[in-house]
Amino acid sequence: MTLIDLANPSRFLALAGRILPWLVAVTVLVLAIGLYQSATAPDDYQQGATVKIMFIHVPNAWLSMFVWGVMSIAALGTLVWRHPLADVAAKTAVPIGAAFTFLALLTGSLWGRPMWGTYWEWDARLTSVLILFLMYLGLMALWRAVEDPSRAARAAAVLTLVGSINIPIIKFSVDWWNTLHQPASVIRMGGSTLDRAFLIPLLVMAIGFTLLFLTLHIAAMRNEILRRRVRTLQMLQASKSAA
Amino acid sequence: MTALAALVRRDVSVALRVGGGALIGVLFFLTVVVLMPFAVGPDLALLKKLGPAILWIGALLASLLTLDRLFTADHDDGSLDLIVMSRTPLELACAAKALAHWLAAGLPLVAATPVLGLLLNLDAAATGAVALTLLAGTPALTFTGMIGAAIAVVLRRGGLLLSVLVLPLSIPVLIFGVAASNAALSGPSPFGTPFSILCALSLASLVIGPFAAAASLRHGLD
Repeated sequence: MTLIDLANPSRFLALAGRILPWLVAVTVLVLAIGLYQSATAPDDYQQGATVKIMFIHVPNAWLSMFVWGVMSIAALGTLVWRHPLADVAAKTAVPIGAAFTFLALLTGSLWGRPMWGTYWEWDARLTSVLILFLMYLGLMALWRAVEDPSRAARAAAVLTLVGSINIPIIKFSVDWWNTLHQPASVIRMGGSTLDRAFLIPLLVMAIGFTLLFLTLHIAAMRNEILRRRVRTLQMLQASKSAA
Repeated sequence: MTALAALVRRDVSVALRVGGGALIGVLFFLTVVVLMPFAVGPDLALLKKLGPAILWIGALLASLLTLDRLFTADHDDGSLDLIVMSRTPLELACAAKALAHWLAAGLPLVAATPVLGLLLNLDAAATGAVALTLLAGTPALTFTGMIGAAIAVVLRRGGLLLSVLVLPLSIPVLIFGVAASNAALSGPSPFGTPFSILCALSLASLVIGPFAAAASLRHGLD
């Protein structure tokens, strides 16, 4: 950490401080609309009321992959452009992505119990998401294992890019392997097979969750920058008192 | 080319000499396989059924055990810095080191498989199939594991972290390796399909591994 690292993040802090209140307001609004629509959506003719788990489960699953995508772009920012904010973005996205992945697994298992009769099945989609969760945890361990944040950033960036191979595997696992998990129904060739009564609340919830991620991520980035700034000030203080 | 050949020769001979630790992997492999009958019971029919999976898990853990050595010894005595600074492209040097590691630590695992297959009541055809899948799959384990080893070498005490980082990446290799062995052993499904995917995984890791390892070495070492 040198003083030059603080130069650009200051502008980020100012910007984050200005847009965060608005972002929080929009997130709450969209999530409220989405939750209301989900609650009033009709029951499925086969699955009954349990279909509503979908409105939580699917956005979490999307976000678990989306966050890894954000981290991969941040990893490129770290390795190629040496952007100081990319480190911060990559580091703070990891726990949030891990939480989304865990919630996707949890809600999926709660949905699977009434539908498939089992909490867990070693199916291709479930297994690849579980591996994604393990990789998130491994990245968190890696970030915590190195003291110098910029060194940790470069090690984590390589691992993030290697791990991004898993994302297309998760996306297409339901098409490549014919297993218990249902095939893609929202984003697919030839349009969605989902009824509009389900599709619209689902899309609103997906937008709401993405906004939630953005809000949490920007807030976490701000905290991380402030934390690093405090650390730098403490080290300056220590070196001054030592001299 | 001569520099790379020299690097391979040096790494293999260092690994095979006293303190090199390459053959400890085989000993560990033997120990894992011997432990299994104590855990699942000495039922020969069951062991035969589990045989390919046991052999693959054993080989995976054994190669993980020796991966730690891929860069740490060179990092400790300073020769890794020389390799990074030399005119040979670091990607090729990493590939050469991984090749040497596979020759010294991976190939002995494949060679030990027929003997260990006897302990697990596998017949000749099944043992041959498992050995063939290990021959095709262990390069993938080495070359993806090298990424973790390169990340771990820049950390202090990275050995424990190495296994956490590498194991998720090795799951596809394990899946298709065991699937191909089981297909040869009993299954109605053909041996060729999972085996060719296994070969594809090895070839892909041959390309990705050296680049990722070189990138993390270049960025991680000061």
